Amino acid sequence: MKNDKLSYYLQKFSILIVLAAMFLVCSCLSPYFLKTNNLMNIARQLCVGILIAYGEMILIVSGFLDLSVGSVLALSGVLAVSAYKATGSMALALLAALAVGVACNLFNALFVGNFGVPAFIATLGMQQVARGIALYYTGGANILQLGKFVNIGQGMVGILPLPVLILIGVTVVIWYMFNHTSYGRNLYAIGGNRKAAEASGINSIRSIYISYAINGLLAGLAGVIFMARNNAGLPNGAIGYEMTGLTAVIVGGTSFTGGVGTVMGTVCGAFIIGFLENIMNLLGVNSYVQSVIQGLIIVLAVAFDIRSKSKKSSKVIMAADDNAGKK
Amino acid sequence: MNRGIAMEEIKLRVSGIEKSFPGVKALSNINFAVRKGTVHALCGENGAGKSTLMKVLTGLYKADKGQIFIDEKPVEIKNPIQAREYGISMIAQELNYVSELSIEENLFMGRLPLGKFGNVDWKTVRREAKKFLEEEHLDYDPAQKLKTLTVSDIQMLEIIKAVTNNAQVVLMDEPTSSISQAEVKILFHKIEELKAKGVSIIYISHKMEEVFQIADDITVIRDGEVISTDRAEDLDIQTVIARMVGRTMDNVYPKEQVALGEKNFEVENFNEKGIFGDISFYARKSEIVGFAGLVGAGRTEVMRAIYGLDHKDSGTVRIDGKEVRISSPSDAIKKKLIMLSEDRKEYGIVPVRSVMENASLASLKRYFYGGRSHKGKERREVQEIFGKMNVKTPSLETLISSLSGGNAQKVLLARWMLCEPEIMILDEPTRGIDVGAKFEIYKLMTDIVKEGKTIVMVSSELPELIGMCDRIYVMCQGRITGCLERKDFSQEAIMMLATGLSKTHKKEDA
Repeated sequence: MKNDKLSYYLQKFSILIVLAAMFLVCSCLSPYFLKTNNLMNIARQLCVGILIAYGEMILIVSGFLDLSVGSVLALSGVLAVSAYKATGSMALALLAALAVGVACNLFNALFVGNFGVPAFIATLGMQQVARGIALYYTGGANILQLGKFVNIGQGMVGILPLPVLILIGVTVVIWYMFNHTSYGRNLYAIGGNRKAAEASGINSIRSIYISYAINGLLAGLAGVIFMARNNAGLPNGAIGYEMTGLTAVIVGGTSFTGGVGTVMGTVCGAFIIGFLENIMNLLGVNSYVQSVIQGLIIVLAVAFDIRSKSKKSSKVIMAADDNAGKK
Repeated sequence: MNRGIAMEEIKLRVSGIEKSFPGVKALSNINFAVRKGTVHALCGENGAGKSTLMKVLTGLYKADKGQIFIDEKPVEIKNPIQAREYGISMIAQELNYVSELSIEENLFMGRLPLGKFGNVDWKTVRREAKKFLEEEHLDYDPAQKLKTLTVSDIQMLEIIKAVTNNAQVVLMDEPTSSISQAEVKILFHKIEELKAKGVSIIYISHKMEEVFQIADDITVIRDGEVISTDRAEDLDIQTVIARMVGRTMDNVYPKEQVALGEKNFEVENFNEKGIFGDISFYARKSEIVGFAGLVGAGRTEVMRAIYGLDHKDSGTVRIDGKEVRISSPSDAIKKKLIMLSEDRKEYGIVPVRSVMENASLASLKRYFYGGRSHKGKERREVQEIFGKMNVKTPSLETLISSLSGGNAQKVLLARWMLCEPEIMILDEPTRGIDVGAKFEIYKLMTDIVKEGKTIVMVSSELPELIGMCDRIYVMCQGRITGCLERKDFSQEAIMMLATGLSKTHKKEDA
């Protein structure tokens, strides 16, 4: 029994152990890694990616996903920037971004939830649509000179960058949602077995709408921070960011088949990727090679996940035999 | 106890088989012999080791010790392909087929005849497939997709497939779990034919009546060991069950007569075009009402429509005399009406989540309110109900998929008990679970009706309906063909109504 507990905790916190090991290795490899400046930089860089990852995690846990988030982020970002330039109001700009993010995702939810289009296809379509609108609206040109808009991406509150502070706030909300609301439970149940969840009185369509709406809010917020950090409205920005988000989620132990995943895992997954990227930069690894390594990591993370699961399920059979034997 | 057997021709002999998994001894010292051209039943509770033994015989597992003999010659079976070469073939509990492929493709899967250039010789495939279908009197086109067939026909095809593989020993694991009584007859007829051809059959089933109908020899396995092997005629059901569970079971159905209360559940005029029609019935407090019928009679469909899972064209439900509108399961649950689905895997368990989360799934409102969670309360209540229902689980965090079928079913029943229902629709509540767990579920049902609640039980096992119900409605082809009072219960009366041969009890008095 004691061994069981140990392996239970080892499994539960294995991702933290990987992160800690990564941290140790990185700090040995480069003396610059541990500098406050560098660590702050990593955190700042990860903000947008982690916001996206939360949206993806909500969707993947419940058995869906979003391939449109990079485009939606760009669309809501450029619209926020132009709203700000027109009115000078940060609040309006933020509101515009959130509204656009949610609107795009309600379309996703409509197709996935009501029409039963696979999420992969529905959001692949939205990826094109949102990017198209962003490019059409701006005529393909970047919007420059954002003035005080940049504060939301570059400002500091005490020693903490503002985006990091925002991220911490969002993390608490998402964590609470997963662990202390019935909506969180619904997500796990729907992802684990949608028919069983529905037969237990859970409204899966409503849950799909809520999930995509939250994903939209996160995309809008990420869009504002992204444009502010770049000091420009980039209609061509954030291409492929859905993959950045997905990588963090998957490396963080969320099962691609749904029903399993934790917020802590996703944060750790994002930092593992962030550390890796950072140390490769510090060591001067060729950026093309970096891309190869990142691709391999996604595949390996999933392979590892599947292997450990199939091991578990063979254990399961034995446990069942064992139980029967005790009767 | 292997008396007499040495005299006859032994097809398959298993000697001293042992198999351990880390920490668990799944099989120890397994010895038995299967005579040529006979049906040899293996009986045991879930988890007794039957499945492990099957996997050893078909080469999926390697035994740690022991020897398998075929025609008294020692053989080593390393993988399923070798097993097939030795003439051992398995008809699995969950049938292995590709529903999108045609009948002929499924029949010849993995052994398609090849032409000169390594291309598939479709002409031979078509000719052979046609021949087999005709021989078996199955009126299907070989090019038809498999998903258009009934379960029993697919099963028949599996058997044909096995025999065309020159199988000498056919393993059948719960072959009747998803086919109707009439189809069971066809299956048994087929088995007789195989016996006549000298094929030996190893037959696993929980349904004792069937085992005694078909088996020549019966071997009982308990906790991974062979308890006994006897000729079927030397045994009776009580003895086999007692050996399986390791204790005597004086009463299989713990039915208690409880005074019936007033009508609290009335269903009127339920219709769904092409599925069922004109369905009206009622149930009273403290009553167990059964629904009998052949597979495909529409019982499950009616219940799902009442519960709000499926569409209905028309029909009303009254609870405690008041008409209620139910258009989704959550409406039903609010009205204290719940339904335990027949398909545990598809509509029941959430395999990747813990037993606790599975148990509380339908009553999350009790544990998440006022903007926060009340996990202490959840734990306490789940633990309490598990205690009451005797759910065996290592911990509340254990994944439900690691429990045995019976325990998983009890967790699902716990899920519904936590909703504090007044009316429970239980669709095949004991399907695929072992005798011990069955008994406990019957006991629980008795306790539930003692509290004045109502149970509607759909079951394909007549003895269970007869043993537990106060009244039984019988359905045939989407209609209620009759209603029997407890004093009139008999398998014959039910079967007459279920096959549409008798309609004498058409209108029950209210």
